This record gives sequence, C-alpha cells and structure tokens, in this order.
Amino acid sequence: MSSRANKMPIALRIVASLFVVTWVLMAAFPFVWTFWGSFKVELDFFSIADWTNALTGPRTQETYGSAFTGAGYHGAWVEEEFMRNVINTFIVCFFVVCTSLTFGTLGGYALSRSGYQYTFWLLIAALIFRAMPPITLVAGYMLPFFEWNLWGILPTTIIVLVAINQPFTLWMLHSFFQNIPKELDESAKVDGCTQFQAFRHVIIPVMWPGVITTGLFSFLLAYNDFAVTSMLLSEGNRTMVPQIAAFLGTTYTEGNIMFAVAAVVSATAPLFVLVMVFQRQIVSGLTAGAVKG
Amino acid sequence: MFLKKFAIAGAMAALMSTSALACEISARVSIVGNEFPAIQSVGAGAQACTGAEVKTNLTADHQKINLPGMQGNPAEYTSAIIANSSIVALMNEDVIRPLDDLVAKHGQGLKKNQLITIDGKIMAVAFMANAQHLVYRADVLEKIGVQPPKTYEDMLAAAKMIREQGIMENPVGGAYAAGWNLAEEFVNMYLGMGGSHFKPGSAEPNINTEAGIKTLEMMKALSDYMNPDFLTHDSNATNAEFRAGNVALMNMWGSRAATLVSADGVAQEVVDGFAIDGPMTVGGGSIPASTLWWDGWTVAKNISDEEAEATFIAMMNGISPAMMANEEIRTQAVWLIDGYQPTDAAKGVFAAAGMNTIPYPMLPYMGLMHTALGNELVDFMKGDESAEQALKDAEAAYIAAAKEKGFL
Amino acid sequence: MKHRTFFWFFLPTGLAMLLFIAMPIVSVVTQSLFTPHEAVLVTVETCTPFSCAQETTIDQEATAALREQSPMGRFVGFDIYTDRGHLAFSEVAQAWHSSDSFGEFLKQLNNLPFYRAMGFTIVFVFVVTPLVIVMGLLIALAVNTVNARLKGIVIFFSLLPFVITPLIGALVLFWMIDSRGIIGTALQWMAGDPSLSLKASTGLMWISLMIYGVWHAAPFAFVIFYAGLQTLPMDQIEAAQIDGASRLQRLRYVIIPHLMPLVTFVALIQLMDNFRVFEPIVGFNASAHATSLSWAIFNDLGGETRQLSSAAATSVITILGVALLLSPVLVRTWRDYKGKV
Repeated sequence: MSSRANKMPIALRIVASLFVVTWVLMAAFPFVWTFWGSFKVELDFFSIADWTNALTGPRTQETYGSAFTGAGYHGAWVEEEFMRNVINTFIVCFFVVCTSLTFGTLGGYALSRSGYQYTFWLLIAALIFRAMPPITLVAGYMLPFFEWNLWGILPTTIIVLVAINQPFTLWMLHSFFQNIPKELDESAKVDGCTQFQAFRHVIIPVMWPGVITTGLFSFLLAYNDFAVTSMLLSEGNRTMVPQIAAFLGTTYTEGNIMFAVAAVVSATAPLFVLVMVFQRQIVSGLTAGAVKG
Repeated sequence: MFLKKFAIAGAMAALMSTSALACEISARVSIVGNEFPAIQSVGAGAQACTGAEVKTNLTADHQKINLPGMQGNPAEYTSAIIANSSIVALMNEDVIRPLDDLVAKHGQGLKKNQLITIDGKIMAVAFMANAQHLVYRADVLEKIGVQPPKTYEDMLAAAKMIREQGIMENPVGGAYAAGWNLAEEFVNMYLGMGGSHFKPGSAEPNINTEAGIKTLEMMKALSDYMNPDFLTHDSNATNAEFRAGNVALMNMWGSRAATLVSADGVAQEVVDGFAIDGPMTVGGGSIPASTLWWDGWTVAKNISDEEAEATFIAMMNGISPAMMANEEIRTQAVWLIDGYQPTDAAKGVFAAAGMNTIPYPMLPYMGLMHTALGNELVDFMKGDESAEQALKDAEAAYIAAAKEKGFL
Repeated sequence: MKHRTFFWFFLPTGLAMLLFIAMPIVSVVTQSLFTPHEAVLVTVETCTPFSCAQETTIDQEATAALREQSPMGRFVGFDIYTDRGHLAFSEVAQAWHSSDSFGEFLKQLNNLPFYRAMGFTIVFVFVVTPLVIVMGLLIALAVNTVNARLKGIVIFFSLLPFVITPLIGALVLFWMIDSRGIIGTALQWMAGDPSLSLKASTGLMWISLMIYGVWHAAPFAFVIFYAGLQTLPMDQIEAAQIDGASRLQRLRYVIIPHLMPLVTFVALIQLMDNFRVFEPIVGFNASAHATSLSWAIFNDLGGETRQLSSAAATSVITILGVALLLSPVLVRTWRDYKGKV
C-alpha cells in the first residue's frame, strides 16, 4: 500500500487529506460538543438565549461561580445511582456476547460445512427474521412473559437479545467459516475425529479473528439496544440506555436533561475504550473474511 | 430525579413521626405506575408497610406494561397507579376490581371525592389532581400595561403587543409537539369552545363541526406567536423556553408550576416575574379551555382476596394524611388527601376546579380519538391543508381505529 | 456434513430463533387477522373528584360472554390490511376517481398515514443507502492513504458515529440543529436568514434525517470496505500499472470489482436497516414531518388504547416490504450459491 501512496500526485494527496480531516471533524465534533456541554447547566447547554452561551456558560457561572460544573455527573452518578445501570448493562452485554457467539459459531460452522440446500433457506429465513421490527416482537413477548413470571429480569432480556442478534451473527460467521479451507477439518476427520472433535481441535484455534469481530457487533447491539431493554426490564434492572431516556422526563413531569447529558457522556466512554482497544481486531477480523459472503 | 430521594426520605420521616401508622400486611403487594416525585412518595409510603414484600416498578413506560402485567392470573401487579385517561385501558380489558368492600373495611380516612365511582362501583382511589392553566411573566405584562389574560383572545392581544413593542419575538409558549401534546391542546380548546368529541351516547366522532374549525383557527393563531419549531416542543421544551426568558404567556401543567423557576441558572427577572393564574376561556364560552386530571390507584382483579386486601392497606398507607405534614411532599402535587393545605403553586389547579373545568373524558374510545388527533392535525398546523380537511382526516383515522377495536 | 450432526450443531441457534422470532411472527400474523370483539357499551353514572356525569363505559359481563365464545376475537381476514390506517383501498380508489391530475392524486395519497410513511421510508432508503456506500468507499480510500502513524486515531474517530447508541446519537444531533444550537445558528448565518429553522420545515427535516442516516451508517460501510482494501490483489494492481492504467482506471477495473461482494453485503444490511428507520424520527421529534412504518407500529402500541391488530398488520407489511426490497440481492445470492455447490 505504501508504495502506491508514495507515488500519489500531490494534488490528490491534499484532496484526500482534506477529505479525511473534514470527515474526522464531522464524526468527532458532536461528541466533543456534548462533552463540553455536559459541564454546563441546562440553559447554557441548549443556549436558548444565545448560542455562544454554550461555549462561555454565563448561566453556569451565575449558578455555580465557575463556567464548569459537575452537577450533571453528580446528579446522575450519586443521586440517581447510575452505577447500577452500568453494572446491569455490563452483565447483559457479557452474557449476550458469550451466548450469542457460542450459538453462532456452532450454527455458522454447521451452515458452512453442510452442502444441502436447506442451509441456503435457513440463511434466507434468518435474513427475513432480521427484517422484523424488534418493537413488534417485544409487544408479542409481554403477555407470555408476565404470565410465566419472566418479565423484568435480566436473563429474559439476555436471551431475547441473543435471539434477535442471531441472524446477523450467523451470516457473519457463516461467511467467515467458508473462508477457512474445508480441507482442514476434512483431514482431521480422515484421521478419525468426529465432526465436533474436528471443530474443537482444528477450527476453534483459527477462528478467533472472525469471532472477535462478530462479538464486537453483538456487544454493540446489546449495549445500544433500546426497544427491548426499555420494555422488558423493570425499573430496578434497567440498563443505561433506558435509564437515560427516563432522565429526559415525560409530559407530566420534569426530566433532568443535564443528568441525561452527563449519562450520555458516561455511557459513551466505554465505547471509546472499546474502539480504541479493538479497532485493529475489527479490521483484521473483517479482512480475514467475515464479510466476504 | 433528585426529588425522588427527598421524597423517599420525606415519606420515611413523615411515617416515623406518626406512631399511629402501624401498617401490617400479610400478602405480597406489587405496584406499577408513573415515575414522577408525587408517585414516588406514594410508592415509598406503601413500601413502609411490614409483614410482606411491597415491590414497586415506577417508570414512564408504565402504560405499556400495566395491562399485560395485570392480565395474567395471578396478576404480576396487584395495583396500578393511573390517571383518568389511562384507567380506561384497564377497564376496557376488565383487569381491575371494584373496591367497595375494601373501602368499607379499611377506607375510613378517604374523602368522598377521592372515590372514582363508575356505575355505582368504586373502581379507583384518587390522590392528586392536575390541570393546565395560565403561567405568565407579571413583569412583562406590567410593561405593556395589561391584566393577566382571562381568555385566549386576550392572550393573543397581549402577545401582539409584546411582539410589536419588541420585548419578545415569540411571546407565547405551548406544548404543541406532534402527537399526544398537540391532541391534548385540541381537546382543551375544543371543550372550551363548547364542543363534544362524540355524538351523545355513541362512539361516533363529532369533531368536524363549527366548534372544531374555530378551535383549530385559534390554535393556528396562537402558533403564529410561538417559536417556529413548536411542532417539536413538548412541555419540557416549552418550560425551557420560559426559563430562558423567551416566553411570557403559556398554558402549562399545574404539576410543573412548583419547580418551574427553581431549576439551575434561571435568570432573576424570570424568577421574579413568574406568576400563575387559572385556565383561560375561549370563544366567549364560560367553561375553561382546559381539562381536569386526577391520578389514583386501582387494585387488580386476578389476585387472591388476601393480596387485594394487603394491596389496599399498603396503598392507603401510601396516601395517608400524615404525609401532608411533610413540606417536601406537600409541594409535589395538588393532593386530594385529607389535611392538604394548598401551596401557592396549586392556585391554578384549584382555580380550574372552581371554574367547572371539564374532566378529561373517561370514555373507552377516547384514547383512540386522542391518537388520531395527534397525528392528523399536524398538516393543518403546518399550513398544508384546511381545517375541514384536517378534522375530516382525524375523524376517518379515528373511525378506522374504532372499527378495529369494535367500538363502531 | 450429515443431517444428524448438522441438527445438533444448529440446534441452539435454531431454537433461539424459533422461540423468540419465528413464533412471535406466527402470532403477529394471526393477530393481524383478528380484532377484538364488538364492545357492548352502556351509559352509567361516573363520579370523579370533580363531579358526577353520565358517561359511556363497556358492559363487562356482556363482553366477557362474547370473549368466552371465541377467545381469539373476531376473524376479519384482510380487513385491517385494507383499512384507512394501512393500504386504504377504498380511499385510494376514491382519490384516483376524484383527482383531475396525477399530482393531485399523489397529494391525496400523501394524506393517508400508510402512504405518507411509505413515501418517507422509500426516499430515505434510496437516498441514504447509496450515499452510505459512496461515503464509506471514499472514506476507506482516503484513510488508506493516511500516514501509518495517524491511521489508528483516524480509524478510531471514524468509527464513533456508528458505535454510538442510535437514540443518543440522534438526540445529540437534534440538540445541535435546534435553531439556537450551534449547527442551526451556523446555517442561519450562512443562509443569511435569522428565522431559518430546520425543525419547522418538512423538507429541511427530511434532509436532516437523511444526513443523520448517512453520518450514522457511513462508518459501518467504511470499516468493511477498509478491511476489503487490505486484501487487494497487489499483483493485479501492479499489472494494471505496468499496462499504463490510470489511477481512476485502476479504481474502476480492479479495486471496485474486488470490493463488489462487500458492496452487496453493505447494501443488504443498509436496505434492511433503513427500511425500518425509527430512532432518528423519535430522537428528532420529527413525526410532524416524517413518519415510517416502524414509527407507525410504535404509535399504535404507544397510545392510551393499544391497537395490537393494527400494529401486527403494519409489521407483516414491513416484513413483506423488506423481502421485496431484498429480492434482487437474494436472487443473486441464490445464483452464487447454486454456482458454488
């Protein structure tokens, strides 16, 4: 790649660099802005009186004697115990990722190694399943879950998220496994392994790049989900996203927008870390063929 | 909300201070309801009972979960806290029980007007009231030399003066966000114009009328003095406008009055100028263009008698008169509980009740009408179609929904 | 692989999807064919804290008897699908007969909730999907030229809009495009019109929603294309270079064909997700200007009185819509599959 880049005409280089800079600004600016605003009071954050208020924070100055305040963070973390929601989110994410990858690798591997026509139709069915708006699915779950006393608890939400996530996981892993040469496990089987042993000893050691990438997508889905978590979790078991929505308030009652903004910034921080740590894996996992299908 | 913690602490303190309130229950209690501070206080009061577990699930999504949560047998929730609009969904599906026997046995502290009676049967116990009424800036009205408006026509005239004198660009505030809020404003104004949403004794819609057109015209005239983004402004956004000093006149929920100017960073002139008054009338009518609301609790049908009794006792403890001694709780709402001394912020709601404001209709099909209005009036408010067409569309949308639900 | 082995490998995922997706779909389809019973209404005296009045309510005993007879409700066939809230056959026919021009017909069609939602959904899908692919490709090509030391940080920032929770991302942007937010003010300044408001005009709101759509999804396309670029066949590129192919020709004849399967993949996912556009409409409070099928379902389920049958019918229409939209891609996949086997 570098050999090509070196030969690039200077004009093209400038255009490309400008484009990258513009894009990075577009991508990052809203986050920087929100982060900055999270240390202000609501009237400054929305700068309803004058847009420069969001930068200088005169109202914040007036209330707290300084242009920055941690009141939103204090409210969200101390008064509202946002920590509970953070813990719930991580419990949900951990189990969703583990379960979904276990189910997905087994299923995806089977789909990639079976030559029968039904595999194609299973993949298509999975695709159609993915088309279903989650909000309708959730409306359908409510009555049976209440009936069986399963509503409101974390395990129910986890298994539902795993199921909703399966189609995408299956597609990703199926194409990934297709790019692992069949000869590998065939030869193991010739040596007397069963299919499962072949999977365990030959495939598992080489599957990690694709699995990690798929796992990250599962994590994002579980972390970001609103439709399922807001409807299936009771108040005490809420994850971060529905809790942020609750901070915003309703018709009848005052929300506390600054708690929400502080919580938004807090909820975004782990994603920053995640992307920072795993970006190499995302790219290499995808490169290894998870999306060649 | 930070008030929540105060509320709980307050409720506890109130309960500690009154030794007479021994609350013993012998079966499980599980409460679902909205999450604002007044309801948090009620929930905390119920949880003070001992002898069995009292669970609460107070969330803004309560309307989506209370029905499925009470349809099972036994029901997950033994009590749902609802308002006059949302009790209908529970009654339509027959999941709440009459309370007459329990009121006779345990309901001595209740006032007659707390009992929501339908066909002679007590179906709910109300504990707080709410209504939309005028909120204004006294300093601004003084500057232009007018009295607080008593009618929407006065409000328009005052708004015109404020704009012409260059004091504010968009002096009127209104929760006109497409959907529930916009429909609520229509319901208020339509009742004020003397309209009735349905033909008497039936589920046939009756909004494409002269009163309906006049209602929409008034709403449109008001919106000319609102921030151009008014179709995205719910009551939170409208309050923010008021706090920022951009709005001088608005029709706002009484439950919001107590905390309106106590938020962080509100300018001193807004704090000083803040004033409230009763709801306004419109079109020469005598009934205010507003609706009265109550919040109350119900008891589920699909539970054992022990659970129903325990629930009733716990909920009675949640609305005990002793709570009114606590200043923090007292200012959270306009309580209907015995011993409540109205605060200044409650003036507007009391004025609304005194002016014979009509309660929000408790009809089985009102929710469908509300949804239809919220979606179909938008085109008129944007200026894309005539008032007649918008009302015709709203009726058609309502009829389609009412047919599906079996009301027509 | 033997059927038996396949079965055991596939069982966990199959079971999860069967229980939590397939069965709900069956129940949704059933639900869309049935409606609640005719309500038996009675007028009774109702007392509230404020007054007593004669009001209508449901006669529970009579309704319970009806429910007993047929617990599923009334079978109405496709009535829900054809009523005004959905395909609105009779209203469409009427509009067709009563309008003089095609423009007038479209205007009347746009007045029906389903077609209005479809209108926005279709425009959204067909504007955002190609833009996401083009943007993703441009970013990938540009990032690929960046100095290796800066690459990490650029990729990091590029991915942010995609990893952010959609509802939160939409809220953040909504706050910024307010007429007094930073972007709103900047636009007013650029347009020289202090009364310009993105939220007050349908056209500008549509554009804002679409910009959000591209902003949110472009990183997804980018990262996949970027991964694809890492596996470029260098020998082919060099061969093309020796043959004297220009930079553009190399892009056109070597790089893009190499990325084509990835384009299909991104298109597939994007078509599906954009067809279900929902979060930005809620986050932007945009329902006055733009609605979608998913929003219609949300609206049916969110009212004081939930309209389950109506929501079910819209869901079924959504699935069929996605299937229709994806059919060209699916046919292609089928051919590839046949070719491979």
